[in-house]
Amino acid sequence: MIHFILLFSRQGKLRLQKWYTTLPDKEKKKIIREIVQIILSRNQKTSSFVDWKDLKLVYKRYASLYFCCAIEDQDNELLTLEVVHRYVELLDRYFGNVCELDIIFNFEKAYFILDEFIIGGEVQETSKRSAVKAIEDSDMLQETVEEYMNKPAF
Amino acid sequence: MPAVSKGDGMRGLAVFISDIRNCKSKEAEIKRINKELANIRSKFKGDKALDGYSKKKYVCKLLFIFLLGHDIDFGHMEAVNLLSSNRYTEKQIGYLFISVLVNSNSELIRLINNAIKNDLASRNPTFMGLALHCIANVGSREMAEAFAGEIPKILVAGDTMDSVKQSAALCLLRLYRTSPDLVPMGDWTSRVVHLLNDQHLGVVTAATSLITTLAQKNPEEFKTSVSLAVSRLSRIVTSASTDLQDYTYYFVPAPWLSVKLLRLLQCYPPPEDPAVRGRLTECLETILNKAQEPPKSKKVQHSNAKNAVLFEAISLIIHHDSEPNLLVRACNQLGQFLQHRETNLRYLALESMCTLASSEFSHEAVKTHIETVINALKTERDVSVRQRAVDLLYAMCDRSNAQQIVAEMLNYLETADYSIREEIVLKVAILAEKYAVDYTWYVDTILNLIRIAGDYVSEEVWYRVIQIVINRDDVQGYAAKTVFEALQAPACHENLVKVGGYILGEFGNLIAGDPRSSPLIQFNLLHSKFHLCSVPTRALLLSTYIKFVNLFPEIKTTIQDVLRSDSQLKNADVELQQRAVEYLRLSTIASTDILATVLEEMPPFPERESSILAKLKKKKGPGTVTDLEEIKKERSSDMNGSAEPASVNASAVSTPSPSADLLGLGAAPLANSAPPPSSSGSLLVDVFSDSPSAVAPLAPGSDDNFASPDLASSEVVSEEPADTVHDADELFHKFVCKNNGVLFENQLLQIGLKSEFRQNLGRMFIFYGNKTSTQFLNFTPTVICSDDLQSSLNLQTKPVDPTVDGGAQVQQVVNIECVSDFMEAPILNIQFRYGGTFQNLSVKLPITLNKFFQPTEMSSQDFFQRWKQLSNPKQEVQNIFKAKHPMDAEITKAKIIGFGSALLEEVDPNPANFVGAGIIHTKTTQIGCLLRLEPNLQAQMYRLTLRTSKEAVSQRLCELLSEQF
Repeated sequence: MIHFILLFSRQGKLRLQKWYTTLPDKEKKKIIREIVQIILSRNQKTSSFVDWKDLKLVYKRYASLYFCCAIEDQDNELLTLEVVHRYVELLDRYFGNVCELDIIFNFEKAYFILDEFIIGGEVQETSKRSAVKAIEDSDMLQETVEEYMNKPAF
Repeated sequence: MPAVSKGDGMRGLAVFISDIRNCKSKEAEIKRINKELANIRSKFKGDKALDGYSKKKYVCKLLFIFLLGHDIDFGHMEAVNLLSSNRYTEKQIGYLFISVLVNSNSELIRLINNAIKNDLASRNPTFMGLALHCIANVGSREMAEAFAGEIPKILVAGDTMDSVKQSAALCLLRLYRTSPDLVPMGDWTSRVVHLLNDQHLGVVTAATSLITTLAQKNPEEFKTSVSLAVSRLSRIVTSASTDLQDYTYYFVPAPWLSVKLLRLLQCYPPPEDPAVRGRLTECLETILNKAQEPPKSKKVQHSNAKNAVLFEAISLIIHHDSEPNLLVRACNQLGQFLQHRETNLRYLALESMCTLASSEFSHEAVKTHIETVINALKTERDVSVRQRAVDLLYAMCDRSNAQQIVAEMLNYLETADYSIREEIVLKVAILAEKYAVDYTWYVDTILNLIRIAGDYVSEEVWYRVIQIVINRDDVQGYAAKTVFEALQAPACHENLVKVGGYILGEFGNLIAGDPRSSPLIQFNLLHSKFHLCSVPTRALLLSTYIKFVNLFPEIKTTIQDVLRSDSQLKNADVELQQRAVEYLRLSTIASTDILATVLEEMPPFPERESSILAKLKKKKGPGTVTDLEEIKKERSSDMNGSAEPASVNASAVSTPSPSADLLGLGAAPLANSAPPPSSSGSLLVDVFSDSPSAVAPLAPGSDDNFASPDLASSEVVSEEPADTVHDADELFHKFVCKNNGVLFENQLLQIGLKSEFRQNLGRMFIFYGNKTSTQFLNFTPTVICSDDLQSSLNLQTKPVDPTVDGGAQVQQVVNIECVSDFMEAPILNIQFRYGGTFQNLSVKLPITLNKFFQPTEMSSQDFFQRWKQLSNPKQEVQNIFKAKHPMDAEITKAKIIGFGSALLEEVDPNPANFVGAGIIHTKTTQIGCLLRLEPNLQAQMYRLTLRTSKEAVSQRLCELLSEQF
């Protein structure tokens, strides 16, 4: 199973963290610091896999963003790369040419999309159509933008 | 105002995020956040009730602030309120906040659980989905208590929407992982298995993960999943790339589901049903075939997905370890990947091959890639990949290529990354010892290790080289010469000084004949390093000096001068000072005889298993040293761990005992020293003081016993050539669980044994003690193997001196190699002349199959998985028998460990039962063995069950062990 997923920029700024195991906040912060540092210090052209404690980090860079998953020893590394890719595709399909800013300003959507795809560290739905449809359906359930625009900003 | 906001667009949130992004400094950011927190707090506390939208917006802002790394200590209540909103987006944000921020605040959990309960009961699939996601995200015990009973019902209910089923399956999996005791097994389990047949591939994908985890813990209950998984896999593998529509990923049909199904199958042994087995083999062959087809797309996603399935299939093939054809094909496929231009594939191929190397079917095939792997070590730019190459070289090493592999690893060590140096050092040390045919090579290798990576050579490594040199007299001269030469280097590592000091102190005399390494030169060379060394090393060198006083009386005064100097006698370090004082005094007052006794050469170390392996295992974490044979006894590391020169108490010297352990390296001080041959009255028994239980009944009033020869000839030893085997079965059985003790004794002769075994090799020292005062003449012990036994057991004995003086003891060494498993024991026949009569006696030599046992530690889960795998009736042998000894749990445990298997605690659900695991090593094969002993105190009976992969082995081990209790 996937233990956690981190998205961070080339400057080391964390953009999204998703934990599938329960850890204290302090421990999470420590892990994030450590892993961001490990991945950013790796050269290009190296493999996408790094041993880390008793887990394995699988990571890939898309433009300015690094996507990193921590998986167990017996998990399939190559397919984890494709988990990342499928997630990027889902984001792309929803946002249309997704970029880092989309994820910053719509972090909650990035979480919702991830939840449709992975639950408890396991892939739930691999069909792009089904996963995106779930998100779009939920957007349909939303109140209209206008309704909100009439409300005060703060 | 950025235009990137999408969906419902909370404008205030977007503004806030832009503000934060525009902050020029950390201080400005904190200021802006504090302002916002104050604002939100006042809104939440304000008199005016907030509408849902505002609540949602503020909760979302809090979440954003939290994700920036700041602590949030309020807002939870508002988030919980959002859960009961009827508006989807409000509910959604509420759940998100709870998922990310909730801690086990019990007050809050009750409210949250309430909201979840309502949503689960709402029959609105989107709300149910949100609730299930939340349970899976939080996964706390409280949630498991509240919902573990409910979710299985949702999962198998006929009218549940597919998407809800998917969420329910994985939600249940999360709860099962965190609180397995709270998830009740029941009717639903069989219905879950049938989800493998579901027509919705998303449902199958989610369910397979759940079933895999459940099957790992309850294999019996989920056994039917095997045939269902095989047929599902078969349908996917043979489908055209368009059949599965949206589940085809870059022309690869359902890769996620395929991989999950292959994982599920790895919970079980190869299917027993030949039809299912055949179908699975076909699937695996198809997957291997597809790897050879030209790619359907140039995209990396295509090849990744395709190869992900391929690697998982190879894992299954290795797991089954039963189809030589598939194993060799897998190996060839991985061989191709070793040279692939994709770094990821090279990495994975190296990793996968490591496990392939430990299969008897593919070990040789893996070895053919040695050059490629060595090349990877030299040329790969990624340390992760080089690390895998080192692992693989270690895994593929055997006697035939050990020299090459060790040389390459040493080579690599010169430039290796610091992070992996210690591990390489350990690996080199282990391989050099394990496969040393020529121990000069071993000594050279370890000295090279110290030279290249001295800082990474741990104590275990240099203790070990000393133990080996002390125990092998054929290498001592060479070792002395080599360390002497190595010490010539102007700058040498302190570890080399330690090894050099110790070895020259013991064996410097062997090279002292050469004028280039005369005693004085040796001493000066060592002493030139003295001032550069740390206190423990200096302490060791002082001991070397006093040993020199004994070895080389001609330099005694030089050494005394050094000991007498102020820097020693008045050293601020109390240990050094005490050593200097006592050694000086000893050298001044003791006679040559006493000196010679006190400073006698160290006796051989009791042969122990290498503690280096334990260290490697510890370093890599359990489970990562894949090679089963590498998993060694913990207790051996305890023993070796105490061999620490620094802890020497120099005052031990003041009692001139013949076996004073001067340098403290021998942890078990006296048991191993040879008895003084002159004292005719001493019984061999004393030698084995570590095994009192066996000895006690044999040596009653031993003072009267050994004396009179006349008595001897009349009673026990017949004058006729007697060819009957002394069937001292009871004695023989005593040796099944221990290696040292008295094998045979009568009025004339006592036969003692010390033996050691490692993997499929062993060495036995047989001590013949003449208890009389008369010489034995024509003393000829012979070890006889029957024809059957000869093919399975290779024994080499060295002849012994044909005369044994009265009261003396001679020793004979038997080298043992276990070629394949065997039943009988060899016979030791002894013939000699004693006072004109011819004596002839035979005893069974206790070389039994279990001596080639290596314990294997494993988790309860692994144990039961393997236990199931060995469920073929021929693999199991069971014996029910009456207890012959008091049923004491501690003694039973000691016997199981003595038998050679690992004693697995907390594996058997019944704590009164004993469970063990290990591997029998023979030259041709390794046989995994599991055992279970169930005592019945009331009936004073035992039931013993052995499961191994070979019927004869189960049989023999069961026989041997049954006699023990």
